[in-house]
Amino acid sequence: MAGPIGLERPGWYSDKEGIGMIVRHRIKPQTYFDSVTLMLIGTELKKLAGVTNAVVGMGTDYNIDSLKRLGMYSDAFATVTPADLVLAVQAADTTAGDAALAAAEALLQRRQAPAGSGAAYTPTSQEGGARVLPDANMVLISVPGQFAGRETEIALEAGRHVMLFSDNVPIEEEIRLKENAVRKGLLVMGPDCGTAIINQVPLAFANVVRRGDIGLVAASGTGLQEVTALITRLGFGITQAIGVGGRDLSEKVGGRMTLLAAQALADDPKTKVIVLISKPPAPAVVEALFARLQNTRKPVVVYFIGADPQTIIRAGFKAAATLEDAALQACALSGGKPLSPLMPADEIRRRAAGQTLPGRFVRGLYSGGTLCDEAQRLLKGQLDEIWSNTPVAGCRALPDPFKSQGNCIVDLGEDTFTRGRAHPMIDPGYRQERLLAEAADPDVGLIFFDVVLGFGSHPDMAGAMAAAVRQARARGGHVPRFAATILGTEGDPQNLRRQQATLAEADIEVFPSNVALVTYVQHLLAPKG
Amino acid sequence: MAAIHDLFTSPIKVINVGLPSFHADLKSQNVPVVHVNWQPPAGGNARVAALLDRVRRWQAQVRAGKKE
Repeated sequence: MAGPIGLERPGWYSDKEGIGMIVRHRIKPQTYFDSVTLMLIGTELKKLAGVTNAVVGMGTDYNIDSLKRLGMYSDAFATVTPADLVLAVQAADTTAGDAALAAAEALLQRRQAPAGSGAAYTPTSQEGGARVLPDANMVLISVPGQFAGRETEIALEAGRHVMLFSDNVPIEEEIRLKENAVRKGLLVMGPDCGTAIINQVPLAFANVVRRGDIGLVAASGTGLQEVTALITRLGFGITQAIGVGGRDLSEKVGGRMTLLAAQALADDPKTKVIVLISKPPAPAVVEALFARLQNTRKPVVVYFIGADPQTIIRAGFKAAATLEDAALQACALSGGKPLSPLMPADEIRRRAAGQTLPGRFVRGLYSGGTLCDEAQRLLKGQLDEIWSNTPVAGCRALPDPFKSQGNCIVDLGEDTFTRGRAHPMIDPGYRQERLLAEAADPDVGLIFFDVVLGFGSHPDMAGAMAAAVRQARARGGHVPRFAATILGTEGDPQNLRRQQATLAEADIEVFPSNVALVTYVQHLLAPKG
Repeated sequence: MAAIHDLFTSPIKVINVGLPSFHADLKSQNVPVVHVNWQPPAGGNARVAALLDRVRRWQAQVRAGKKE
């Protein structure tokens, strides 16, 4: 998940021009709020009458630059620090601007109650936290990137493992932190790590999974979520799911954490099968990694997304072709016999049989980056041209990510969309808008999307997407078909079955894996007759 | 590797530094967790924060030296 929730970014929106507008601003010195809270407040302000733009963010350089770009800068901002809260509203007149600032104050007031309300004492530093929970063995860090290295360092000094959710951590700092961690034999999962499951406990964006004997290491957040959820739904379970951050297998970082995590799973007596998921690593890293894994007697399933499987097979490992295939192969190794996918191929074909699309183009609206990649890879052989904001090899870069064209598959969790907006797994707002816009295009025959359940995610994403689909149909006129995959388990807070029923009630075809969804799309697109 | 073995064989206990929702999620699963109401160090003054970091690193080195 690139830039999981856009930490450090303000709640700004620039979809309306500010001609003839006024700007009202306020600085609240020494007042800190997390980015998700501020983004959600920004979204609320934008809905107010007469407000065209709103920035609610901490006084970081990034946010101040954004204000300058948006023409909402004031000289009063020249001396703010990252500990000061900055509010700026662009509105039709001063009344609307002042009303928005007052609304912001009220919303901030409501959020001010500390998360640990009810507790006698809420520490304000990691060291203070350690005094409350002295035997803590994990520190989950999600502060703005410029401070994340410092917090990681403090955790490592105290001998604690780290899950580093923050993004915008410089690569040099990542290397330094990981070198330090490896020396101490400690995990640094991240930076920009959205998913991990340690001892069955989901951390950040993760699903409730079964206990079992499959251990995973992944440099892909949604990839790890899809595989662990599918393993659970196939009736198998996991020992540990260790995220390492998207850059770990790059040449510079050298797979430092992947090597450590893979060794830990190799040494772990409860882990019988190891799964490794990553974008194709740098060649030198592959060599080191394979050398490390060859020493273990455990079977290893490797999925290097989009890479030639022969390198993996030659090295003596099982090569997976998709995320679902990685889950199936791992379960087969765990159970000692081959397994069928959750939805048989015949069933997918049957669902597509006799259906014609009311438009020539398909549009994919993803919240999970790796799922978006996978959809492009599976469809690119069949379609002449696929446009995307995150094109894989053979697909084309969308000139304007906010406007689809032709066959188009977009990752709405990508940085372009999360600047000033919470991630689409948390806030469905922009994806609903986009779905309505796509549905109105008479050339669009099918809209497909993912619904990601689990901790961290929206409490009812299926409900939010079903509402948008109903709205599209209620407008009358052209209506495309809709299909979706749900990534999740029955143990997830949103409950898989309830979410499935919600989509099905809205007449959306539901599939248990991204591969099954895309296979359905392939059948719909296949020449008839 | 001993530290990771310990992690895999002990109940997970978490210090949450940052987003309050992560604390709430862990608490709802009865995971021992303490939330840190994090603020930028040194009131956002980068120079003071850098100085404090140098002191902290120096103290950590002294502690490590004593252990050896």
